[in-house]
Amino acid sequence: MDFADAPEHAEFRREFRSWLDANLTDDLKVEDASDSRVAPDRETLEKRIAWQKKMYAAGWVGISWPKEYGGRGASFIQQVIFDEEYFRAHAPILPGASAIGLLGPTLIQLGTEEQKKRHLQAILAGDERWCQGFSEPGAGGDLASLRTRAIDKGDHFVVNGQKVWTSGAHFADWCFLLVRTDPEAPKHHGITYLLVDMKTPGITVRPLVLLNGHRHFNEVFFEDVVVPKENVVGKINEGWKVAITTLMFERGGAGGRDHAAQIARLVELAKQFPNRQEPSWDQTHVRQMLAQLAIEAQALKVTRLRGLTRRLRGEAPGPEGSILKLFGSELAQRIADASSTLLGPYATIEGATEAVPDSGRWAHRVMGARQYAIAGGTSEIQRNIIGERVLGLPKG
Amino acid sequence: MDIGFSEEQELLRDTARKFLDSACTTKFVRERMATQEGMTPEFWSQIAEQGWLGINFSEDDGGSGLGLTDLVVLMEEMGRAVMPGPYLATALLGGAAIREAGSAAQRQEYLPRIAAGELRATLASTEPNARWDASGITMNAQSMRGGFTLSGSKLFVPDAHLADTIVVAARTRDGSTMEDGVSLFLVPKDAAGLGVALMPSIDETRKLCEVRFDNVAVPQTALLGELHEGWPSLARVYDGAAVALSAEICGGAQRVLEMTVEYAKLRETFGKPIGSYQGVKHKCADMLVEVENAKSLTYYAAWAVDEKQPDAKLAVSMAKAYASDASRKVSNAGIQLHGGIGMTWEHDLHLYMKRAKASEVAFGDATWHRERVASLLGA
Repeated sequence: MDFADAPEHAEFRREFRSWLDANLTDDLKVEDASDSRVAPDRETLEKRIAWQKKMYAAGWVGISWPKEYGGRGASFIQQVIFDEEYFRAHAPILPGASAIGLLGPTLIQLGTEEQKKRHLQAILAGDERWCQGFSEPGAGGDLASLRTRAIDKGDHFVVNGQKVWTSGAHFADWCFLLVRTDPEAPKHHGITYLLVDMKTPGITVRPLVLLNGHRHFNEVFFEDVVVPKENVVGKINEGWKVAITTLMFERGGAGGRDHAAQIARLVELAKQFPNRQEPSWDQTHVRQMLAQLAIEAQALKVTRLRGLTRRLRGEAPGPEGSILKLFGSELAQRIADASSTLLGPYATIEGATEAVPDSGRWAHRVMGARQYAIAGGTSEIQRNIIGERVLGLPKG
Repeated sequence: MDIGFSEEQELLRDTARKFLDSACTTKFVRERMATQEGMTPEFWSQIAEQGWLGINFSEDDGGSGLGLTDLVVLMEEMGRAVMPGPYLATALLGGAAIREAGSAAQRQEYLPRIAAGELRATLASTEPNARWDASGITMNAQSMRGGFTLSGSKLFVPDAHLADTIVVAARTRDGSTMEDGVSLFLVPKDAAGLGVALMPSIDETRKLCEVRFDNVAVPQTALLGELHEGWPSLARVYDGAAVALSAEICGGAQRVLEMTVEYAKLRETFGKPIGSYQGVKHKCADMLVEVENAKSLTYYAAWAVDEKQPDAKLAVSMAKAYASDASRKVSNAGIQLHGGIGMTWEHDLHLYMKRAKASEVAFGDATWHRERVASLLGA
């Protein structure tokens, strides 16, 4: 049992931390990177593209990609350290994140030479932004039941259908898209994985604005969209295997949000904020509430590290991984809810106030936190997965 | 970074599990808890031979020189088996107090015999005020010619009726702080004026006693460690016990989860196993989350104490706070999901439920440890 970095890992951490300290300017920083995965506006996007290019020039983009494709061939533990430091520094999620984390590694494994040449360097360099065309109105948790149809026209497909919850589609140049090419086959067979240029005629992107006003997601409509056959990843009708590869990279993502920092901020607020005459921090229920959150945040952190250890040791995944999403998203909600208990009426104010300079941030979090336990598989689905796959309980 | 157990520790776990599976069945537990002794002399010698009693004593003191992370492995397995008897009292309370506070001579006198299974001990510190901080120690030890006189009452003392030696915490002066002025004494079971009575506690596998001191006179040599300076040692014993109990809770809760999942696969209602209903399935998933998180915090706390990390105290309280809640939640959910059969004496669940309750409130319950977390976070 050892929670400390090995010397070479400590050295890697120092190197990346000092690079971030020297290069990450305040105007780029975000309170919680997970809350603004997609830039809120074009100006912020341009700033973040410039930031990605700066990181790329220094060799810090896609570090776990093999060297021959422009990465560093970083080990898993280095990727973990990278993510920890990146979140810690309050750096923004890169505009190319979904391609760097999901599509790129998929193409490296399963793409054609042409596809690799066409896209990989552009992804790292910040020249191409991608969106993930997986979920549909009728295919979320049960992704394989997707119905967006692609008809084989010899040297190309013609795509018709609709995707939903497409993050950042409004800024995307390309889309990695799952379509149904054989409606007769069982649902996991007959899916094909396509690379689609978002400038192709027939694509309409419609914003799906969240209840807190954030423009992050979109609906994407495809109407007779022509996609050349050289843009198929893997084999026709065998796209599910490719999709699983992509999803594996998604689950492998090691970064965790910095709950401890949020809680520390709430403790500060509780000390300063004279809720109900005495400082909140002098009230037992507030102390108990915030201590409990800090305990849960630490539990989540160590549970994550235990899962990573299994992976580093090359052992089969344990139960830890499957509880991260469930517990982490619900903890994030509890932290948001605690801010309401603490701030009273200030919890509803969407901007800065004299008494609570960051009231707007907490108001937004209270609203936005609802999505954590929905996106990427609802908590109910997660409990089914734990019950069935980890504990071996029968399906309903 | 490597947050897992070593090969030696996995071996220790395997050996302990095999031994307890055969020597400490629930039939054995039920038989022993019905007796005052709580275990058999054979069983006690067997755990001594395996080095369990001296696991955290140095090799010079007749122990194995292992740390809390090793103990955690053992405690998880003991919790899984609801192992009865005065292990906690002897090795982790009385023994640990002598290890933490004792002079070399005192350690030499007691610890090798404890490790060998020849001497049993306990720690009498908690009082009717049921506090776990230094202000809870109010019992008086009056200095008098050649020694001290102890008067007062201690409650919730684990297995004092089986102890040959009782380590007693008492106040020897009103210091500038609550921590100042606490002293520790070694009192033999046959000291004149000492009275031990069993309290009717729900967990019969680990019995609790009231220990009364009616002008018990002890010699100067009975002082364990330095006069007035016993609290820091006692605090370390409390923290060690909190981590050990957290680990024991994890082991017991893990077993309750397994029993419940097993039952949910077999038991059918309306033509389907109850585990296929989400109302049951989701509760099982939540139990797993509780168990795994409790393990995580316990492992971290053990490591932080062993490695003398600056956040060790915080880690201990985080572990015990979480484990105490998990102890209650998981054992309650286990009974709920078993339905009526889980409420019966014949089913083993109540053994786990009662131990879970006893461990939940011992050495600081969740509320107490959360307050300590808050103080440390806000400092």
